[in-house]
Amino acid sequence: MSYQYPDERGHFGQYGGRYVAETLMPALLELEEAYAAVCQDPSFQEEFDYYLKNYVGRPSPLYYAQRLSEELGGAKIYLKREDLNHTGAHKVNNTVGQILLARRMGKKKVIAETGAGQHGVATATVAALFGMECEIFMGKEDIRRQALNVFRMKLLGAKVHEVTSGTATLKDAMNDALRHWVTHVRDTFYIIGTVAGPHPYPQLVRDFQSVIGTEARQQLLQAEGRLPDAAVACIGGGSNAMGLFYPFIKDASVRLIGVEAAGLGVDTDKHAASISAGAPGVLHGNKTYLLQDADGQINHAHSISAGLDYPGVGPEHAHLQDLGRAEYVSITDDEALVAFQKLTRVEGIIPALESAHAIAEVIKLAPTMSKEQLLLVCLSGRGDKDIHTVADAMKFDL
Amino acid sequence: MSRIDTTFAALKQKNQPALIPFLTAGDPDLATTAELVRTLAENGADLIELGVPFSDPMADGPTIQAASERALAAGASLEKVLQLVTELRQDCQVPLVLMGYYNPIFRYGVERFAKAAAAAGVDGLLLVDLPPEQTDEIAPAMQANGLAMITLLAPTTPPERMRRLAAAAQGYLYYVSMTGVTGTAAISPDAIRNAVEDLKGMTEVPVGVGFGITTVEDAKAVGEFADGVVVGSALVKIIAEYGQSEELLPRVGQFIAALKQGLVELAGDAR
Repeated sequence: MSYQYPDERGHFGQYGGRYVAETLMPALLELEEAYAAVCQDPSFQEEFDYYLKNYVGRPSPLYYAQRLSEELGGAKIYLKREDLNHTGAHKVNNTVGQILLARRMGKKKVIAETGAGQHGVATATVAALFGMECEIFMGKEDIRRQALNVFRMKLLGAKVHEVTSGTATLKDAMNDALRHWVTHVRDTFYIIGTVAGPHPYPQLVRDFQSVIGTEARQQLLQAEGRLPDAAVACIGGGSNAMGLFYPFIKDASVRLIGVEAAGLGVDTDKHAASISAGAPGVLHGNKTYLLQDADGQINHAHSISAGLDYPGVGPEHAHLQDLGRAEYVSITDDEALVAFQKLTRVEGIIPALESAHAIAEVIKLAPTMSKEQLLLVCLSGRGDKDIHTVADAMKFDL
Repeated sequence: MSRIDTTFAALKQKNQPALIPFLTAGDPDLATTAELVRTLAENGADLIELGVPFSDPMADGPTIQAASERALAAGASLEKVLQLVTELRQDCQVPLVLMGYYNPIFRYGVERFAKAAAAAGVDGLLLVDLPPEQTDEIAPAMQANGLAMITLLAPTTPPERMRRLAAAAQGYLYYVSMTGVTGTAAISPDAIRNAVEDLKGMTEVPVGVGFGITTVEDAKAVGEFADGVVVGSALVKIIAEYGQSEELLPRVGQFIAALKQGLVELAGDAR
């Protein structure tokens, strides 16, 4: 199949685009041009590879989860261990790429939004690495849920803005980051943390994250001599999923399965399953599936996992859904908690609650597959940050 | 000629800049908004920008964010804003431009919106998150229904882009006086005078200026060189402060009348 997205105007089919204030348009056009230039410049890729190898610790292992596979009694399960990256999640792949781009553009300050705090930490980390000023926007509710990450960001020298508007979660943090950017656009680079936002962000974040799928593809070919039958990843905005899926899009035999957060259930009003239960709309610079009411007002999202607690999804996922190339399913808070404990007990790996959604889907899927089949899953982050949330949910008094 | 064109043409005859207040529809409630619009028109507003509330107003500062939240909490929606315009048109002919974000209109349906807005008596549409790169998805429907698409230009807009957009403008051009969100910093008229005067040379339509104009002095300073002066957050603050008190309409009336008086005085000066 041929697959060339986004088009020159930043559209993935009917999704994507650039829905921003005029004040930001010149900055986006400048970013698009700068990104096109580095894509043609081998020295940029060399620099990116250097930091991914020596700073992030790539390639991350592809681990055969033998006990989990045997216990589930179906497919052979391979975990792509993004949890072993520096800072503990896949987010840093993208922040390294974007800060190198920011440096080449001569920007001195970076800003970012964050939900769970993983992207905030990954941004503060690379800002410290390159001696750049860093401001992070984080919802008040998430600051409460993720105190550890807030302190990490502060230790790394970032200024953390508490966002109290709207629902005080990730979407509102992104609103405030956009407001800050529009005010300081001339000297500030906005490091968006997922494959969403105005063009060219969905493209460049995907490209930086596609190291996940590129490595996993080679590693699996080496280990098994063939491609996986299915690749599974969790989806908030969808950057680890897009990074995993992208190098497999043209391999029609590989099922691509994105796992959204069903919260208390997609038939309730407390979930974050934009594709499964949303409708197309425009928010944060792009057209995509959104949780919204009949008047086009954005609904509150809910997930036990702060990193999935977002009422939208990257536009390329919306397009892959419409094309039928990827499948999107959802996992409830309770199912994710069970998977969290299962992986911890069976493999000695404590996953992030985000990644536990992908594991929960694997728990459903693997037994339906044969023992010869291969199931590749992105373990996008480690679970240390979620210990308090999980303890609360298990009624365990820390 | 449209209401917008007729209004600006008449003001040009009088050598006066247009006074363009902005208020959020439905704040504190839709019935009060109707009275506020009449009060604005009676006290000298030449054109009114009626904000359509949105849950995620990314280009607005805290004042208009709060107004949007109040309006939504009080039950406002795009449908009800269109009903409000229909009712207003029975006795009020001031040009009305809906201002807001794209999603409520996208969700309503672009074609359906264009027809309904024109039938209600809306004159134009200003969407802060629909830059020229994306307007082709709504421009044909707006044009077919006689609605002006108002273009925003910013201090960061490069000259070549400005020329291209200015040449294609309809209704009026809205020049954003600063890089930032609404109502968070004071305007510095001297800093934008050259930009606005250059812009006037590039376009057939009048050039309005907004963001940061809060006082009669600001309005007069900008009115010296601009064809229109937009006052938003300062008015929304008065509405927030007096809410449903009996003082609301007199306070708003006085505020607008003072702005108008300032702009009328300009006509006699060197403008």
